[in-house]
Amino acid sequence: MKKQAVGQSMDRVDGRLKVTGAARYFADHQPEGMLYAALVCSTISSGRITAIDAAKALRAPGVADVVSHLNAPPVPGYQVENPNPKQGLKIFHDDRIYSNGQPVAIVVANTLERAVYAASLVKVSYAKEAHETDLAASMNKAFQVAKIKDYLRGEADAWKKAPVNMEAEYNIPIEVHNPMELAGMIAHWEAPDKLTVYAKTQGVKSVQQTLKTLFQLPEDHITVHSQFVGGAFGMALRIWPMEIATILAAKKAGKPVKLVINRKEMFTLVGYRPAATQRIGIGATADGKLTGITHSAVANTSPYEDFTEAIVNMSRMMYACPNVNTRYQLVPLNLSTPVWMRGPGEATGAFALESAIDELAHKLNMDPLQLRILNHADTDPDKNLPYSSKYLKEAYDMGAAKIGWQQRRQTPRQLEEDGWLAGYGMSSGVFSASRGKATASATLRSDGSLIIRSAAADIGPGTATAMVQIAADATGIDVKKIKFLLGESEYPEAPRQGGSSTVSTVGSAVNDVCRTLQQKLGELATANIPAFKALKPADIQHEAGALVSGTSRLDYAALLQQQQLPELVVAATSQAGDERKQYAMYSFSVHFAKVHVHPATGVVRIKHIVSVADSGTVVNTKTARSQMIGGVVGGIGMALTEEALIDQRFGRYVNNNYADYHVPVNADTPPTDVLFINKKDPVINPMGAKGMGEIALIGFAAAISNAVFNATGKRVRDLPITPDKLI
Amino acid sequence: MNQFSYVRPASQQAAIDALTRDSSARFIAGGTNLLDLMKNGVLAPEKLVDINRLPLKNIVLNNNILHIGALALNSEVAAHPLVKTHHPLLSQALLAGASQQLRNMATTGGNMMQRTRCSYFYDITMPCNKRTPGSGCSAIGGMNRMHAIFGDSEQCIAVHPSDMCVALVALDATVLVAGPKGNRRIPFGDFHRLPGTTPDKDNNLGKGELITGIDIPASPFTRNVYYLKVRDRASYAFALVSVAAALDISNNTIRGVRLAMGGVAHKPWRLHEAEKALTGKAPTTENFRIAATVATQSAHPYTHNAFKVPMAQNSIVTALQKAAAV
Ligand SMILES: Cc1cc2nc3c(=O)[nH]c(=O)nc-3n(C[C@H](O)[C@H](O)[C@H](O)COP(=O)(O)OP(=O)(O)OC[C@H]3O[C@@H](n4cnc5c(N)ncnc54)[C@H](O)[C@@H]3O)c2cc1C
Ligand code: SF4
Repeated sequence: MKKQAVGQSMDRVDGRLKVTGAARYFADHQPEGMLYAALVCSTISSGRITAIDAAKALRAPGVADVVSHLNAPPVPGYQVENPNPKQGLKIFHDDRIYSNGQPVAIVVANTLERAVYAASLVKVSYAKEAHETDLAASMNKAFQVAKIKDYLRGEADAWKKAPVNMEAEYNIPIEVHNPMELAGMIAHWEAPDKLTVYAKTQGVKSVQQTLKTLFQLPEDHITVHSQFVGGAFGMALRIWPMEIATILAAKKAGKPVKLVINRKEMFTLVGYRPAATQRIGIGATADGKLTGITHSAVANTSPYEDFTEAIVNMSRMMYACPNVNTRYQLVPLNLSTPVWMRGPGEATGAFALESAIDELAHKLNMDPLQLRILNHADTDPDKNLPYSSKYLKEAYDMGAAKIGWQQRRQTPRQLEEDGWLAGYGMSSGVFSASRGKATASATLRSDGSLIIRSAAADIGPGTATAMVQIAADATGIDVKKIKFLLGESEYPEAPRQGGSSTVSTVGSAVNDVCRTLQQKLGELATANIPAFKALKPADIQHEAGALVSGTSRLDYAALLQQQQLPELVVAATSQAGDERKQYAMYSFSVHFAKVHVHPATGVVRIKHIVSVADSGTVVNTKTARSQMIGGVVGGIGMALTEEALIDQRFGRYVNNNYADYHVPVNADTPPTDVLFINKKDPVINPMGAKGMGEIALIGFAAAISNAVFNATGKRVRDLPITPDKLI
Repeated sequence: MNQFSYVRPASQQAAIDALTRDSSARFIAGGTNLLDLMKNGVLAPEKLVDINRLPLKNIVLNNNILHIGALALNSEVAAHPLVKTHHPLLSQALLAGASQQLRNMATTGGNMMQRTRCSYFYDITMPCNKRTPGSGCSAIGGMNRMHAIFGDSEQCIAVHPSDMCVALVALDATVLVAGPKGNRRIPFGDFHRLPGTTPDKDNNLGKGELITGIDIPASPFTRNVYYLKVRDRASYAFALVSVAAALDISNNTIRGVRLAMGGVAHKPWRLHEAEKALTGKAPTTENFRIAATVATQSAHPYTHNAFKVPMAQNSIVTALQKAAAV
């Protein structure tokens, strides 16, 4: 029996390309005659542009153009009648400024240096208006969006009547994705009605659709290339105004134009995790049975778009609790629009919920792990459905054993090691295990190799590698003979890479296209090959890339050769069925942390982390482990270091660089054990794989703050936990 | 970045001449600070005078005085056997600074001359007296978590960001300078300035003057030393507060002590009063606490940096404990 490819620790199929520099990211492309662009961005936070003096910039060496609302070509999609007052930022459409850092002009020159220098020469005059960038100061402007209503199960605010209860406020600041690769675009009008772009995106098809609407071009006149992405975490899930600016500049220049924004601009142009203030009230019986949870959240959005996410949803379904009510509101601030950032709203909400559970356990004088187990939801209390699979209790056990949870003291500030206070903390995370719709094509060549194509993205998790493994098991063809191609809009439709759904969605399409291919090969064999003539295609066995019936065996390659077919091409579309109405499908994670806190300086050092994932079948243990570790590092940032600081008087970020906006460095990252339940989900998709990207981060920050509390007796409810908060 | 010319003189005199002739010219050594300032539009020199060809890289011991050339790299100095043997405090301080990559570029002279990391200084759209005298200090009413608690003025509350300089002021180093008017020596404690009414001036180096090196006198502080740096992440972050502590202990008595702090003032902040309070005393936590209280008496915190006062006190105690325990 051939060894299964799924479940192996296989190297990335594109690893060599990446480490040798052969992988071409969007900015590595160089269409003939390309010009370079730099942005001029607003230095006020609200108001109007009264004048743009580009004379000096236009006289600077190598400058081709300065494009702004004064001279930009029209965007046909902007003119469309739209009754919605919040239509997004229409770049270079009028003189209105909504936020600091909003692009007001794009300068095009024949070198990057010249473009950047000329951008510094553009003089913009403004009429300033009052702005607001402070969430805490704007709570009175909170409003509810129509699509997210208040939620009530049982009785509202039941926690207030509980024998043991507590209420607290939790705050999380703006966090910025800050992937290594900067954002931008290369835009090339190959003809007045034909546009090609090299993008940094999590979905080439979604970019194509947006451009189709905005520029009102036929779909096949828009080509989007994005084969490699250097990290995105959600910031490339949509197209941004600065990308439209690049397309407009290219249109006006009549030449390809490249824009790569700088690190500062990464704070204002490509979204961020919004700031949020949350309140949780939680109550239980004296022996720890939850009786009520009330969770409300207020997060910021921009003046021109309502960005929403699922901050309060975990409170509805994580624990068996009869009474739950939630509320979610937005506050518009003079900032650009937020966007999903890994774990997205769920990670924000999990910090509050999983901290509150810990606080309640402390009040009950109960082990927080025991409290969680006691209130484990055996069926989904929100949807009232059984789980497709749930091994959360096993995950708790595995994690507790690995970290040495029995060494934790129930009373805080009891452990000391080498002059540091030591503490243990834990938390759990949950994220919907989804499955969307995707199409894949399979091209079997007469040399026996297989190429599968789908317009998916790979922002780092190792998508192509996982797809090759899935195809190898579905066809029996060796992984070395299979290629998975992605990141081209001309490929069959696939959704964006987001919400931990790519393996489930695109993997299912890959599985199904392989089955379609085998069916087709069976038809070919039964019609033409004497040994198979008596059979129906469905009766033929497939083994290691060959058709088999009794003692007859025919390699796929041999079949194609015999039929003088250079290749055989099939396609299949795959999506979930009614099972999604019958089951609740979630991935779960459990995080354990041991921390040291210096009693004199307030410095926190994480000593050991154990993260356990209940995410169904693990397709590739190597890339999955990397995925989880990446989540841990992001989680350390959320817990201890990351905070985008704004000077409210100016509405400007003051730490918009890698030196001052602290992402964790290696020295912050302790030994990390990643454990997998690795049990197939029998329902969700043919592989039995649930998502993993988000749960790696969801809940993590609470494990750290809970451990810090256990070490010090100090509860930090405002992230990040910097030394000043513990001094 | 503006267009500029670039020269790489072979002699010290030529370098000084090049700088003296051209009012906007700047020396460039490792470039790790200067280039950032140019990219941010804070500085726009029309000429860069690259001093890397000058023979100022040596680290030698002469008559018990350790000489470190101005172009010796932070990484070389930190790892040098003479430094580790005679002045381990300096080695510790250097290794607490920046990252290995930066230390491989950064020079001794450049480190002394690095500008503050005050965010407003780097963002030319916001007022800053240090960058544009008279425009106002944005930090005083703004984000001042990283700012000074000692020696600040109504004009500027920025801190000097160097770790190396904290050790050097503790070790009573001397700055060697060559200039149009000849050579001079500046005691390290007099090199950097307080902001006063001229926050644009970080130090007392004159126009056209070149730092050629530093001298560190022999001292008994070769063993009981500790550089403690408290920061927001484990590496590659500027100090919230740092303490250089050096003790000379015999018979359970402190014969000599040096204490200095970083991240708290416009210059590396020597704690003379606290040193006095400790001299002749036993190296006990109680005495360290008394010294820490003395050291922070004149503290003057702002909206976001009040935590630095207890953090400074605790850090002084911790650094002294560590130094004593070695
Ligand atoms: C991200 C980041 C993090 C950092 N973290 C830390 C930290 O934690 N601790 C710390 O101490 N430092 C830190 N640094 C600062 C670093 O130490 C300095 O940038 C470096 O020491 C400057 O040295 P250089 O040779 O590169 O100077 P350059 O950038 O070349 O020059 C800086 C200035 O000094 C002048 N100059 C240079 N040499 C001489 C000379 N011989 N005589 C007269 N003038 C001269 C130049 O004209 C210029 O004005 C950090 C820097 C960065 C960018
Ligand atoms: S503290 Fe100094 S450097 Fe910072 S804004 Fe004020 S004047 Fe400028």
